[in-house]
Amino acid sequence: MSAAFLGMPAFPRNAARAVGDSQLRFNLRKATRTIRGRRAAVVGELPDWEELRAAGKEIKDHTLRHLDRYLLQMEEAVTRAGGRVHWAADADEANRIVAGLVEATGETGVVKVKSMATQEIGLNEALAARGITAYETDLAELIVQLGDDLPSHILVPAIHRNRSEIREIFREKMGEWGRAAPEDLTDEPRALAEAARLHLRERFLSTKVAVSGANFMIAETGTLVVLESEGNGRMCLTLPDTLISVVGIEKLLPTWQDLEVFLQVLPRSSTGERMNPYTSTWTGASEGQEFHLVLLDNGRTTVLADEVGRQALRCIRCSACLNVCPVYERAGGHAYGSVYPGPIGAILTPQLRGAGPAPSSPPGGGAPAPAIPAPSGRPASATAVPGGRPASAIPAPSGRMPASATAVPGGRMPASATAELDASLPYASSLCGACYEVCPVAIDIPEVLVHLRAKAPHPRAERLAMRAAGWVLDRPVRLARAQRLSGRLRRFVPRRLPGPAAAWTDTRDIPDIPAESFRDWWNRTDGGTR
Amino acid sequence: MSSRDLILSRVRTAVAGAPDAPRTRPRAVPAATGGQTAERTVELFAERVADYRAVVHVAAPGEAAGVITAALARRAAERVVVPEGLPKEWAHAVRAHLGGGAVGDDPPLSAADLDAVCGVVTGCAVGIAETGTIVLDTGPGQGRRALTLVPDYHLCLVRAGQIVPGVPEAVAALDPVRPLTWISGPSATSDIELNRVEGVHGPRTLEVVVVR
Ligand code: SF4
Repeated sequence: MSAAFLGMPAFPRNAARAVGDSQLRFNLRKATRTIRGRRAAVVGELPDWEELRAAGKEIKDHTLRHLDRYLLQMEEAVTRAGGRVHWAADADEANRIVAGLVEATGETGVVKVKSMATQEIGLNEALAARGITAYETDLAELIVQLGDDLPSHILVPAIHRNRSEIREIFREKMGEWGRAAPEDLTDEPRALAEAARLHLRERFLSTKVAVSGANFMIAETGTLVVLESEGNGRMCLTLPDTLISVVGIEKLLPTWQDLEVFLQVLPRSSTGERMNPYTSTWTGASEGQEFHLVLLDNGRTTVLADEVGRQALRCIRCSACLNVCPVYERAGGHAYGSVYPGPIGAILTPQLRGAGPAPSSPPGGGAPAPAIPAPSGRPASATAVPGGRPASAIPAPSGRMPASATAVPGGRMPASATAELDASLPYASSLCGACYEVCPVAIDIPEVLVHLRAKAPHPRAERLAMRAAGWVLDRPVRLARAQRLSGRLRRFVPRRLPGPAAAWTDTRDIPDIPAESFRDWWNRTDGGTR
Repeated sequence: MSSRDLILSRVRTAVAGAPDAPRTRPRAVPAATGGQTAERTVELFAERVADYRAVVHVAAPGEAAGVITAALARRAAERVVVPEGLPKEWAHAVRAHLGGGAVGDDPPLSAADLDAVCGVVTGCAVGIAETGTIVLDTGPGQGRRALTLVPDYHLCLVRAGQIVPGVPEAVAALDPVRPLTWISGPSATSDIELNRVEGVHGPRTLEVVVVR
């Protein structure tokens, strides 16, 4: 990702802009509905789904409760297997470690596998500032990077682009980064994928350093696990001489056997497949490779300290909650102003960022950074792009929300803007509960949202409204009843609330209340399969 | 304080006083498809692999060589990698068909060499019926990971006895110390308007022969 979530205005304004963008809305609706249907079908195939879900939750809760022990076990196992383990308290430290490791190899370019952790810490921008170019290799990330754009979905980050836009991006930009797209490139998905294959192949065969994240780490054995579809992950994990993996500390699982649960629930929840095309696992230095593991905190321990909020750390980033979220479907990923969009982003981003500066600066000093810096990417990355132009020079394709238009070149996002965005994120939900029902590790997102709303500073009226919501959410029956009631009353809902609550609706449209609540719909249609 | 100690102490502070979170669930949830006859397990594996739009054959032991030869002929393959340790009759079938076009990986082929060959013929460590997955562990007849990654065509031979019902059985059978590659169909992307396109960076064609 070469662009950054800079100067993003708060969720309601972003969302209002995105909702007016018909291309984005169309693509999102198609995407979320398609994946939703596939997911329901393959989840329905497993008679023990609920047991798997409960097991996934329990394994994650247990690991988090004893995270110190499992981190030490992981460190020991990786070291025993010939890898090196580094600890990064915050984003700046992680970036410094990775940049230092790359510089030690004498290389100036790295290939990257899509990784949310490295997006979270703004690694590409940090590397660019030290003269190292990070090449994204996931097709969607490539589209995003070439388009100098921001990802909008965890799983399909380029979902806001249609095929003709992708063709234009490839034709205009591929040549600046490496092998150019063929002159006669059509907008057939097959032709576009072929262009990406050729463009990236020479990069894979020649680049000596790779940076990845991981879906899971196994403490018992020191094994890392990466699930993917395209094979770019395998290329990055296998071919380069040096592999650096940046992994959040919450990705641990205690034992190898625990994978039996997660390899069943993740692909089915994520892409709606029985299994994703490729999963790679490796332990320490494999096949003569040099291996470094960077364990990343960056606010996770702050989340862990919150009794209610810590369940967000169970998240395995499957994106199922995005695909069922009525707010996400309308607003799109960019409105969340973070690498973590959708319902999970609404609870994770404010918590991670709420960490603020590290309590004590790690050795090596440096200005403490916010946990998720809104990275100061654009100018730095523009210099890293061979022949790159500033983002503003790219014509924004028809009607798409130009993410870059909101960017503040040159600086970190003002703290006040981040704070405003984060304070508004817990409201980016209608609390319908659909996200909880599909979550493979049973994260009660509505519960955390309500909890965060109570913690965030906001006007009294809002606090009162939310306390009422909390009361309703306490009891699923009350929620169901309230939703059904509001469904019946929706004709009478005004666009603006009267009295003291007007301040709230000044910046937030009251969401349309669906005629049928999600719960009712879900039960009636058996998760959309009927 | 080192960052290591800092993170560990933050973790300890964060969970201090949190209720214990014991693991109470029985381990190994058996695969939903378990308890089937061996015959049905093989059939299910073949069906599920085919669901990913891979080419699948089920062959009697005596037929395997013929299936391999026919597959290579259909591909018009000229140079194919045969990793060390591939069962003799299979390796022999490839060599009989291609002669010098059947190349080994000793000394190791460069990535550019691998990019230039037509394909690779391997065995595997485990097959998973429920998900139609093949797992390679770089053991005999499989070679290092790059061999089944860079070439555009992968012909994979699976003995019926290697097929387990589901993911739990596969996890139990595999050794995490070895680098593992779990393969479910050819590489694919759905990044362009959610249209599935087979073959991005891995082999664009996966052909599987199940040998009873
Ligand atoms: S919160 Fe749950 S459903 Fe959402 S991405 Fe995380 S694991 Fe998936």
